Amino acid sequence: MMEQYRTPLMFAMMAALLAIVGIFQSWNVALTIVNLCLISSIMTLGVNIQWGYAGLVNFGMMGFTALGGLAAVLIAMPPVPDAWAAGGSGVMAGLAIIVVTAIVSLLIWKKLKGSGVKRYWLTALSIIIGVVTMRLVADPSIAAIESVESARTGYLGGFGLPVTLSWIVGGFVAAGAAFVIGRISLGLRSDYLAIATLGISEIVIYVLKNEDWLARGVKNINGLPRPVPYEIELQETPWVSQLADMLGASVVDVSTIMVKLSYAGLFTVVLLIFLWLSEVALRSPWGRMMRAIRDNEVAANAMGKHVTARHLQVFILGSAMVGVAGAMLTTLDGQFTPASYQPLRFTFLIWVMVIVGGSGNNFGSVLGGFIVWFFWIESEPLGLWFISTITAGLDDGSVLKTQLIENAAHMRLMTMGIVLLVMLRFAPQGLLPEQKR
Amino acid sequence: MLDILNALTVIGNFVIIPGLAYGSQLALGALGVTLVYSVLRFSNFAHGEMMSFGAMLSVLVTFWLQGAGIGAGLLPTALIALPVSILGTVLLCLLIDRLVYRYYRQTRAPNVTYLIVSIGVMFTIGGLVRFIIGPSDRIFTDGSRFIIKARSFKEMTGLNEGLAIKMTQGVTLATAIVIVIAVFWFLNKTRTGKSMRAYSDNEDLALLSGINPERVVMITWIIAAALAAIAGTLYGLDKSFKPFTFLQLLLPIFAAAIVGGVGNPVGAIAGGFVIAFSELFVTFAYKKVLTYLLPESLAPESLMQLLSTEYKIALSFVILVIVLLIRPTGLFSGKTL
Amino acid sequence: MSFLIGKNMTGGYGSVDILHSCTVGVERGEIAVVVGPNGAGKSTAMKAMFGMLALRGGQVIMKGEDITTLKPQERVLKGMGFVPQTQNVFPSMTVEENLEMGAFIRRDDVAETMGQVFDLFPILKDKRHQPAGELSGGQRQQVAVGRALMTRPDVLMLDEPTAGVSPIVMDELFDRIIEIARTDIAILMVEQNAKQALAIADKGYVLVQGANRYTDTGEALLENPDVRRAFLGG
Repeated sequence: MMEQYRTPLMFAMMAALLAIVGIFQSWNVALTIVNLCLISSIMTLGVNIQWGYAGLVNFGMMGFTALGGLAAVLIAMPPVPDAWAAGGSGVMAGLAIIVVTAIVSLLIWKKLKGSGVKRYWLTALSIIIGVVTMRLVADPSIAAIESVESARTGYLGGFGLPVTLSWIVGGFVAAGAAFVIGRISLGLRSDYLAIATLGISEIVIYVLKNEDWLARGVKNINGLPRPVPYEIELQETPWVSQLADMLGASVVDVSTIMVKLSYAGLFTVVLLIFLWLSEVALRSPWGRMMRAIRDNEVAANAMGKHVTARHLQVFILGSAMVGVAGAMLTTLDGQFTPASYQPLRFTFLIWVMVIVGGSGNNFGSVLGGFIVWFFWIESEPLGLWFISTITAGLDDGSVLKTQLIENAAHMRLMTMGIVLLVMLRFAPQGLLPEQKR
Repeated sequence: MLDILNALTVIGNFVIIPGLAYGSQLALGALGVTLVYSVLRFSNFAHGEMMSFGAMLSVLVTFWLQGAGIGAGLLPTALIALPVSILGTVLLCLLIDRLVYRYYRQTRAPNVTYLIVSIGVMFTIGGLVRFIIGPSDRIFTDGSRFIIKARSFKEMTGLNEGLAIKMTQGVTLATAIVIVIAVFWFLNKTRTGKSMRAYSDNEDLALLSGINPERVVMITWIIAAALAAIAGTLYGLDKSFKPFTFLQLLLPIFAAAIVGGVGNPVGAIAGGFVIAFSELFVTFAYKKVLTYLLPESLAPESLMQLLSTEYKIALSFVILVIVLLIRPTGLFSGKTL
Repeated sequence: MSFLIGKNMTGGYGSVDILHSCTVGVERGEIAVVVGPNGAGKSTAMKAMFGMLALRGGQVIMKGEDITTLKPQERVLKGMGFVPQTQNVFPSMTVEENLEMGAFIRRDDVAETMGQVFDLFPILKDKRHQPAGELSGGQRQQVAVGRALMTRPDVLMLDEPTAGVSPIVMDELFDRIIEIARTDIAILMVEQNAKQALAIADKGYVLVQGANRYTDTGEALLENPDVRRAFLGG
């Protein structure tokens, strides 16, 4: 009886929490949280497809997020013709050499199967030759590109297309990467798969941090074009000022909130599309088969289901969603900062979302994305308040009190860890358990 | 001839000595990961934070000892603090096992559940460490800084190049050797150590033989925690203590354990050095060495680095991924614990 | 009253019963063999007697004491030794270490017992420092039996000790088992090679679908035309 009301009830409570923040802190804060909640939910849906449907452990989400972000940069930023002129051809040649090296090495690797140590040496040799040639060809060009107005550009730039297009492209870039990663690592045992995906995502982020010609590396890219109007533009529009007058709020506040609402609107559309697709997939024969494979891989294999191929499908689909979310995240931030993708920390957060929400249940994932992000943000003020309250009895100057208050911010990592442990132990099904059908 | 010696000294100074120290730290970490894997059968993501916790205790006790005016002379004071930090880390691990892991053993949870649980533990300990000591950098190295200074080496040998051995590097290597010998002696010579190996080899038969699984698990945690505390403290002494670095150290440690073949202690140690030396050799600038070895006309102008130093840690991920792909059982497969 | 007896054992894994009031017993110095077609519950009966499976009905009695509710480890302390069918050695440990682990519950000096095991299986003495996983199938079975003997059991239970070994090795292994029985140990074993096993058995049990079909001396069963036709291939 209660079960059917559980989902709407939970979402209503979530809305109430956000409303409380809106009323007591500010609507601006509430909407900032909502926007990131929406993006988190899309990532969580992606992970849920992989873990909840198919039981795959992907710890490489931040790699796909970063690739989505890269797509946003490459699509939306204006091209830098000087940089292209300075070294575009050299870099492209370098990339071509990498591709050729990869293909040749792979061919050597495959052809020499069963020929002992020779196989390792020849493959290694071909990779080394490839890398050295690549560096000889590309290094001068890279230096040339990076010296083109290095304070402002120093990279090749993008295509100057509308940024929303990058959401789709980000999905495809992530899907492409997932295809390669999945092909090479999906045969591994679950914990090796986790470590391998984590390692690969670290490599992706290292490359983004250090290859300045591509997206300026740690120098970051700021001022990405927006899909929604700027606050300043809105403030100059007459009907916005009228609206502000009517609501009795300042024009600045109204314009900021309107911008955030527009983002929220766009994100909600994307989330609903993905949610709908995920639900359709879950109910389809394909979804049933995925769950059959998850619950008994051996039996599914024996019944002639090509398990690895199915896993690859689901790995690509889930990663593509994360890529889309990554592009949206960079769009929302208006900047691309590779150093901010901390693989372990955010991967962990997304896993907490999936498990708290209820793995295998799409609505649960969305809910988990909302709740966990909400508390991740709000635990800072809450933790501070909590610590101040319990230390109220202590002297203001006491070492313990200063220490506690200073470090209260780090409580949230611990809190999230404990939340995960408690959920796994006492409610492994999550807030909205997977529906058995 | 002198040129060759100079070239070797450069390599010794910038690759061999740092590599031995870093390799020892990774090896001790990987040994802990491998022990937990072979007995509890999961990849313990929390191991890096266990190291961090142990190092933190060493820092705190060292500061307290320094405050009380107690030191170890030329050696770092942290060596005196180490037993306390080992004890603290052991207690933490046993507490966590009791509160968290034991339940999943009793319910015979699948491997992947342990994996995710250990991530939860990882962030709980990580948060705890930051909560206690804060996220900033702490230097707690004291005592004499060098065993051999670059300048005295030059004076001693008359070479152009210096060879410096930091006290922390010497301490790291010496401690690692002692600890590794002790662990292997324990595993191969004592009844309890053998029962651990038996349990890792064949759990059911170990039960039939009357080996108490809870005891084996407890001893495994004690050793793993002690190794983590030692490895963490040595790493902190050698570089500095910063909670965030242990998050980054986790993958090189996994890489070391996997390269050596997870579950194989000898492999874990070899893996530690493989990772450490590949990181250093690939990112080493060979310019100076080649300048000594080649005739003047051929002396290189660029740094002659295979990969820039920024990629140092990324390289261990590359090795990790390559090993997982072409030989997931590791280079030293075959023999487990 | 037998030395060790499982009386009217009923039970199985989960809700499905595999054993239906099955009775198996053995005396000291005697070899009892359980045979029967695949799926007859032979190994299940053995596991039930060793406490690896909870019984719904019946009891297990050893030396006149009801041990039905004891755990396997506790039964080892009472004097039972068990050799599982597969994975019955510690593969990465040396032969000697395998034997040591077999004697894990003993606190006294095990050197004498180990000497007896080496006397029984001389080849193991030569290979004492080799990992058990590197031995041949027959030698591994010897290690497995030796490991179970290290607790100086009163009764030794063997689950298909000759599975997967060559006929020559099988004969050799059976000879050793007879030797062990002569030291006043009760031997209970489950066997696929029914003919050869019954030939050395003092007592034979033919199980069909978890129930006793024929029970007699080994010799009598071998001569029983019904048994021959149905279970021994004529």
